[in-house]
Amino acid sequence: MKGMTVIVRKITQLMVPSIFLLGIYVVVHGHLTPGGGFAGGVLLVGCFVLQILAYGSDEVHNEMKKWRASLSESIGIFMFLFIALIGLIRGGVFFYNTISKVQPHEGFRLFSGGLIPLSNIAIGIEVTAALFAIFLALAVFKVGRHA
Amino acid sequence: MTVYILAISLFLIGLYGVLVKRNLIKIVIGFMIMEYAINLLFVLVGYREGGTSPIVSEGMSSEIFVDPLPQALVLTAIVIGLGTTALLVSFAVRIYRKYDTFDVRKIRELRG
Amino acid sequence: MNGIPLFVVVPLGAAFIIPIFSRWIKGFSDIAGNLICAFLMGLSIYFIQNAGQTQHYFVGDWELIDGIPIGIMMVMDGLTILMLLVVNCIGFLVSLFAVHYMSRYTDKEKYYTLFMLMVAGMNGVVISGDLFNLFVFLEITAIASYALVAFGVEAEELEASFKYQVLGGTASALILLGIAIFYLQVKTLNLADASRVISSLSDKTGMVFVGVLFLTGFSLKSALMPFHAWLPDAHPSAPAPISAMLSGVVIKVLGVYTLVRLFFNVFGLQNMPAIQTVFLVLGTLSMVVGAFLALGQKDMKRLLAYSSISQVGYIVFAFGLGTPLGILGGLFHLLNHSVLKSLLFLNSGAVVYETESRDMDKLGGLIHKMPVTGTTSVIASLSMSGIPPMGGFFSKLIIVWAALDSGHPVLGGIAVLASIITLAYYAKLQKSVFLGEMTTAFKKVKEAPVLMCIPMVILAIVSIGLGLLLLPSVKDSLLGPAVQVIQDGLKYADKVLGGP
Repeated sequence: MKGMTVIVRKITQLMVPSIFLLGIYVVVHGHLTPGGGFAGGVLLVGCFVLQILAYGSDEVHNEMKKWRASLSESIGIFMFLFIALIGLIRGGVFFYNTISKVQPHEGFRLFSGGLIPLSNIAIGIEVTAALFAIFLALAVFKVGRHA
Repeated sequence: MTVYILAISLFLIGLYGVLVKRNLIKIVIGFMIMEYAINLLFVLVGYREGGTSPIVSEGMSSEIFVDPLPQALVLTAIVIGLGTTALLVSFAVRIYRKYDTFDVRKIRELRG
Repeated sequence: MNGIPLFVVVPLGAAFIIPIFSRWIKGFSDIAGNLICAFLMGLSIYFIQNAGQTQHYFVGDWELIDGIPIGIMMVMDGLTILMLLVVNCIGFLVSLFAVHYMSRYTDKEKYYTLFMLMVAGMNGVVISGDLFNLFVFLEITAIASYALVAFGVEAEELEASFKYQVLGGTASALILLGIAIFYLQVKTLNLADASRVISSLSDKTGMVFVGVLFLTGFSLKSALMPFHAWLPDAHPSAPAPISAMLSGVVIKVLGVYTLVRLFFNVFGLQNMPAIQTVFLVLGTLSMVVGAFLALGQKDMKRLLAYSSISQVGYIVFAFGLGTPLGILGGLFHLLNHSVLKSLLFLNSGAVVYETESRDMDKLGGLIHKMPVTGTTSVIASLSMSGIPPMGGFFSKLIIVWAALDSGHPVLGGIAVLASIITLAYYAKLQKSVFLGEMTTAFKKVKEAPVLMCIPMVILAIVSIGLGLLLLPSVKDSLLGPAVQVIQDGLKYADKVLGGP
């Protein structure tokens, strides 16, 4: 697909780092503010989709390939299963929350959830990769018409 | 009570779309409206009068929290709805390429 | 550590390993898929020894507080073990069959991924102890089966799958609406805890509304009569191992098991004679109309699909009677029909693999060239029509006896009539496909490959031996506990949570 005009490209270039940072913030702080893995993943995939729409898939197809999305999705699921297994090994049941919950400084509350921020990160990676694969399959890679 | 009736009437509008409309894409949109209505109903079920968001933090004054269980369930239900909708839309695209029409009355190869 | 979550975790992990490794090793998906299915079958057979007790597993180790569960629970009792046995054993035999059959389609590793997801979802439905977990696993199974029905992407299969998706999606939406209103009234989602709260509710009209929503949603999923419209299109268009899995296992786990679990153990069916009448009416309607519609079919797999509707009608009719004999008949017929219908669909798959045709007018006399397929098909048809001494005869006998025993002689007579019609169309199927004259177009067919014959032979031997399950000592170990769980009804809560 073709890209858009130079104004759109420039503004995308300026906005994408901020959106990416906001997405990572929403993913990691899932146990303190509303959001978490799913909502943060949707924000993150917004960055990639914005770039493809603004620059056109002909220019970015060297970087945004489909097999990378499939591989990242499987890696995300493995991280999630691995986290469940950590709970199994150290506690006896799946998803047992054993990582220490101490806070090093006053007011720094990121570690207070134990296992939960790690699973949020795994889910964030997985949702990003899955939605990006769906977008590529539906909008960018078109199969030719059957007779 | 009024909000529950409004959410269920949104569900009925979505159900009407799925049952009556003849265009494939309108059926898919009817599905999306049904899912929105159910998720909305779920979140409304968990509301308590005067409650705040269910996260314990310092400096909190009120003691009534909104019910956190429906919020977790709605997150899962939204993602399930996303999966269903993505599959429906990709099937609609493929059917268009095979049959050259979106009209449900003309897609009728299987009979009997 | 209990082994209960392994039923879900192992296939889920395998479903995501298979696409990665099959890119580098050829044939990895076949070996891995069959090994995992064999492991699951062994695990479910290992658990038969625990059929008498109720075990539970708290995910994340969130124990009970004051006897109220606050986390996710997985429960394994007699009914669960029976369903796990059915799902995993038939899953293993079907995946053996698929090694050769699916090589005619492209992208075999995607088939194994989706199949593992479907098995994981079905295992999750039967072991989950609360309502929302049940819904999530139900959706996983449903989405995997939508994709599997349209696996070879021809025009017919896409249309059949779209119809299946619209009706299945409506069913899921109705079930989710029922769960929302259920939570509004009962304030908990755990099945055992909810049954306690429901029996102490004073005003039950909200529960009746929820019951109707659940009844509609789950009847759509299990293709009972007024809601059957997707089944005759979806089951013939799917590839043969998936048809066997869908017709033999999925409509029973997603439809009949959830209806039984919710209405007997949570709502307490013995107190609601109106719902029992609804079960009886739906069951009878499906039995009779399914049998009549199957008589006029020309397509082999479409006839088998209508026969599925009829036999699931038998099962729901037996559960609607409510007596212990009826429940035993229903469970035994569920077991019988899973084995027999899978065998019949695998036979039709072997015929399609060799002759590329499903039209009964054109086939004929195939038993000379395909002896294994023909013999197993004749055995399955005899058992399904209720000829002694095969297992099907005993299950239908128990159902008719229970109907006469509990005061519904007319319905018992209708069941016998439907059984006679079943014999008629199975005789027509056998005569048109296997016996009779052979046409010249198919003179060159030969028997199916060995890996496809082994599951058919195993299923045929099991179907002959299923009559032995009614011997008293064998019955107490497998079918007896399952009947006990359903019959106990509301005492399920005490067994799971430990005392009032």
